[in-house]
Amino acid sequence: MITQTTSGNRGLLQAEPLIFETGHATGTGVDLPAPKGTANKLGGLARKAALDLPGFSEPETMRHFVRLSQKNYAIDLGLFPLGSCTMKHNPRLNERTARFEGFADIHPLQPTATIQGALEVMDELAHWLCTLSGMPAVALSPKAGAHGEMCGMLAIKAALEARGEGQTRKRVLVPESAHGTNPATAVAAGFIVDEIPARDDGRVHLDDVVAKLGSDVAGIMMTNPNTCGLFEPEIKRIADAIHEAGGYFYCDGANYNAIVGRVRPGDLGVDAMHINLHKTFSTPHGGGGPGAGPTVLSAALAPYAPLPQIVIEKSGGVRQLVFAEHEAELAGTGRKPFGRMCAFHGQMGMFTRALTYMLSHGSDGLRQVAEDAVLNANYLLARLKPHFNAPFGGPKNEHAPCMHEVLFDDSSIKPKGVETIDMAKALLDEGYHPFTTYFPLVVHGAMLIEPTETEPKRELDRFADVMIALAERVNAGDVEHFKQAPRLAPMRRLDDTRAARQPKLRWRRGDNGAEAAKHAAE
Amino acid sequence: MTTRYTKDHEWVRMEGDVAVVGITTYAAEQLGDVVYAELPAEGATFAQGADMAVVESAKTASDVYAPISGVIAGANDAIKNEKWEIINHSPQGEGWFVKIRPSNKAELDALMDEAAYANYVKGL
Amino acid sequence: MRYLPLTNTDRQQMLSLIGTKSIDDLFVDVPKHALLKDLVDLPKKQGEIEVHRHMARLAEKNTPAGRTAFFLGGGAYRHHVPATVDHIIQRSEFLTAYTPYQPEIAQGTLQALYEFQSQVAQLLDMEVSNASMYDGSTACAEAAMMAARVTKRKKIIFSGGVHPHYIDTARTACEALGLEVVALPAAIDDEAAVSKHLSADVAAVIVQSPNVFGTITDLTKIAEAAHGAGSLMVATFTECVSFGLIEPPGAMGADIVCGEGQSIGNALNFGGPYVGLFATKEKFIRQMPGRVCGETLDADGKRGFVLTLSTREQHIRREKATSNICTNSGLCQLAWTVHMTLLGEQGLRQLATLNHERAIELADALGRVKGVEVLTKRFFNEIAIRVPGDAQKVVDALAEKGVIGGVAMSRLNPKAGMYDLLITCATEMNTDKDIAAYVAALKAVLQ
Repeated sequence: MITQTTSGNRGLLQAEPLIFETGHATGTGVDLPAPKGTANKLGGLARKAALDLPGFSEPETMRHFVRLSQKNYAIDLGLFPLGSCTMKHNPRLNERTARFEGFADIHPLQPTATIQGALEVMDELAHWLCTLSGMPAVALSPKAGAHGEMCGMLAIKAALEARGEGQTRKRVLVPESAHGTNPATAVAAGFIVDEIPARDDGRVHLDDVVAKLGSDVAGIMMTNPNTCGLFEPEIKRIADAIHEAGGYFYCDGANYNAIVGRVRPGDLGVDAMHINLHKTFSTPHGGGGPGAGPTVLSAALAPYAPLPQIVIEKSGGVRQLVFAEHEAELAGTGRKPFGRMCAFHGQMGMFTRALTYMLSHGSDGLRQVAEDAVLNANYLLARLKPHFNAPFGGPKNEHAPCMHEVLFDDSSIKPKGVETIDMAKALLDEGYHPFTTYFPLVVHGAMLIEPTETEPKRELDRFADVMIALAERVNAGDVEHFKQAPRLAPMRRLDDTRAARQPKLRWRRGDNGAEAAKHAAE
Repeated sequence: MTTRYTKDHEWVRMEGDVAVVGITTYAAEQLGDVVYAELPAEGATFAQGADMAVVESAKTASDVYAPISGVIAGANDAIKNEKWEIINHSPQGEGWFVKIRPSNKAELDALMDEAAYANYVKGL
Repeated sequence: MRYLPLTNTDRQQMLSLIGTKSIDDLFVDVPKHALLKDLVDLPKKQGEIEVHRHMARLAEKNTPAGRTAFFLGGGAYRHHVPATVDHIIQRSEFLTAYTPYQPEIAQGTLQALYEFQSQVAQLLDMEVSNASMYDGSTACAEAAMMAARVTKRKKIIFSGGVHPHYIDTARTACEALGLEVVALPAAIDDEAAVSKHLSADVAAVIVQSPNVFGTITDLTKIAEAAHGAGSLMVATFTECVSFGLIEPPGAMGADIVCGEGQSIGNALNFGGPYVGLFATKEKFIRQMPGRVCGETLDADGKRGFVLTLSTREQHIRREKATSNICTNSGLCQLAWTVHMTLLGEQGLRQLATLNHERAIELADALGRVKGVEVLTKRFFNEIAIRVPGDAQKVVDALAEKGVIGGVAMSRLNPKAGMYDLLITCATEMNTDKDIAAYVAALKAVLQ
């Protein structure tokens, strides 16, 4: 039983009210020069609406956010086995180079002559991405994975339109096991989703694809390795069949970490694939972003890559990189960009980090990344298979390999009253962020574990020991332990239903601060 | 009047000339605590099987399909007034969704009866 | 390799427990021809020293803004970011956390998100905000698509003052969905022209204030006209510091307000990552794109925060989601919140006033240069000036003299036919000496 303190704190874990409950309008943590009182040129549009933003001195601000930070789990604290998210170590050299004045303090619209180094970073990153993927072109501007999917699908759309089939080819095949962004993207790009039903072996079958092919098919969106953590064995034949039917192959590159440096998507017949720099190439997840989703394109789609593009000019024998920011600047090149994904040129801050990471690893290190990621996942499969059901892990005495993530389900523990969610919450009390829960949807009670290559063997063993101990606790019938979990996390289970029924999405003046603070302290 | 069921877990019961429609107890249990539902406007016409309404819990959302073709003759005020709990408390009673004026009553007969639906659910 | 903890002994032990001989046995599903035997043709691994040197050499080929007299805005603004901001966002617990799907161990990220949403709503005078978008341009595209969902109409009208990149981004996204995008001709001070194009098929008019030419506009009448036609009024912006001084769009009837938050807490970074702000009215929250954080209680009755209303999102709603967005701008949003907390109301008002006063000084100084005309009449910190001749050539010539004077409108939109128009801005970072340097360089260039 935890002793209740008078302050509501748990030792070093401090209860922390909202800035709005303790700050005030005249508090400030910046010292700016006093304005001169010049007559304004606002044309009568000076702010009349209340602002009412609390401010804090620097020490108070620091404490507030540091206290908040201590309520978070993070990769730097331990194994973060969140399947499909590739929570690998984020090297700090990346953070340092991204903050070089020559990268952080340059403006996207500076004259070209003053940003040659930035263009070289982009050009070099593009070279690495193209070489690793075996694809001829890359669009760097997409700002995250889903944005890259959109880029790829719009390139497909543009290619179809150029063939005069934009109106007739509307159907996009998406396996049932796909991540939700795939169907959402296909629809946002103006296509119709046709789902390929899941099979018992967790793979997409050529026959199922062929059965759906026709002159109205724009293409397929497939994830490889797929969301069950398996390499699609028929992927090349599926790609060939799609091409033969006149469609294109979009590959979701979310799981690229499993194959980087070992398999080139270009060798598998891929036409477009986004690469999450915040997964495979170690740029930090930052509590939900920012990401970056450069999208590699096949020769068939490359002409339709969006603006801006980097063009190499030679003036007086000197190689100079320039931006083509408008279609007219590409006249005579045969390129026909489908449009623009965002203002400016993409996530430069992620480009510098990813390039730093690539240079650090090199071709040999990146290959080792894929191998160790796959080895670590298979090691957990081998250790945990006797204790949890692995739907694709092979028969009892045989190891059917997974790629960089391993999928279990709750079928062995559910009859005893413990479900995936309970297992996840029990892991919180053990000091771990849980695996991905209930995804992919095609496996009931899915527990998807992705250790990544940056975990040492002893951390894998420690995690496996904890999982096994929990399985034994289930077998011992201690269901209550799971239903009450977490008890030791900064908070107990939170009421999602309450949050959704009466959404309270912001503080407002007049909110009962004292009442809320009391809640926080209780 | 007997209640009929669909494979998508809607129920239909004729009351006079109108069919009362809702989601089954099984569906409500699968969904969990309802946090939101969107019902169609009165007068809207739906073909059998068309998306007619949406019902959501905190973590999932489900489409509700028109079990039979017809015109919406009314919607449950309690749900319109955001008393979502009623859907969990009494899915096949007070938690009904809409009333449909059927355009083809024969469709009704083709749906499952209670025993067939119970059997269907058992097989899921 | 320093990021890989497994030793060869570990690898052997692990393979043996798995029951396989070689690592290639684990890649058994890969078609034989596709499993590379050799390394790809790229350089091999390097130590910190070498990589640092390589990146530093590339960085040195750029001219950082701080080494010049810098007056460039056009959608990204150079402001002071307090040292505290960078320290906090580099804390491991924020930097290396994931999206807060396990709220019990992510209250730090979640409470900061709730504070962000509250600050954004206060700043823009709107009812609710989401948890951020990629940037201002993509937030604007999402606003256009959301307006189409809300009104069930298909036409979007952009005023001639909206940033051309924003229009191009929204056009790409909207046309894919089958929506019609109408962009009115570029105009320095004519946001109200959108009202003339309202009709029963218009989902939204999108106006920008301060606009790309720096002009600020009273949006009240535009909103009234839009509402009269059953359309939404979407207000966008690129400079969020302005709302410390000028009337926010929410107070003038906007239904959706979207724009760029980079100015607060985020460095220029050559265009990204930035942070898109997105706010709307409560009645539209189920049509709002992106994540949102809400308040609730835990099993002990303590207040806590969770991601909520997630049934709008792609991971649940799949092809019926309001948007395909997944990853957003988490850390940039945190930087925004930390900086805004350091500023507070007093600091923000002061910062905004300083920017405005600097811009007035810049306008006055440039206006006195022979042949130069200041075209923007009501502004915050950015103005359009007319220069004799090609503005792009003037910008390039100024750069050679160590002055980044702004952006030529022809670079943003060559079709506008405004070849002699230069967009320039001043912030609290500019000194009297900078302005004097600009004037001197401009005089020399124009001679």
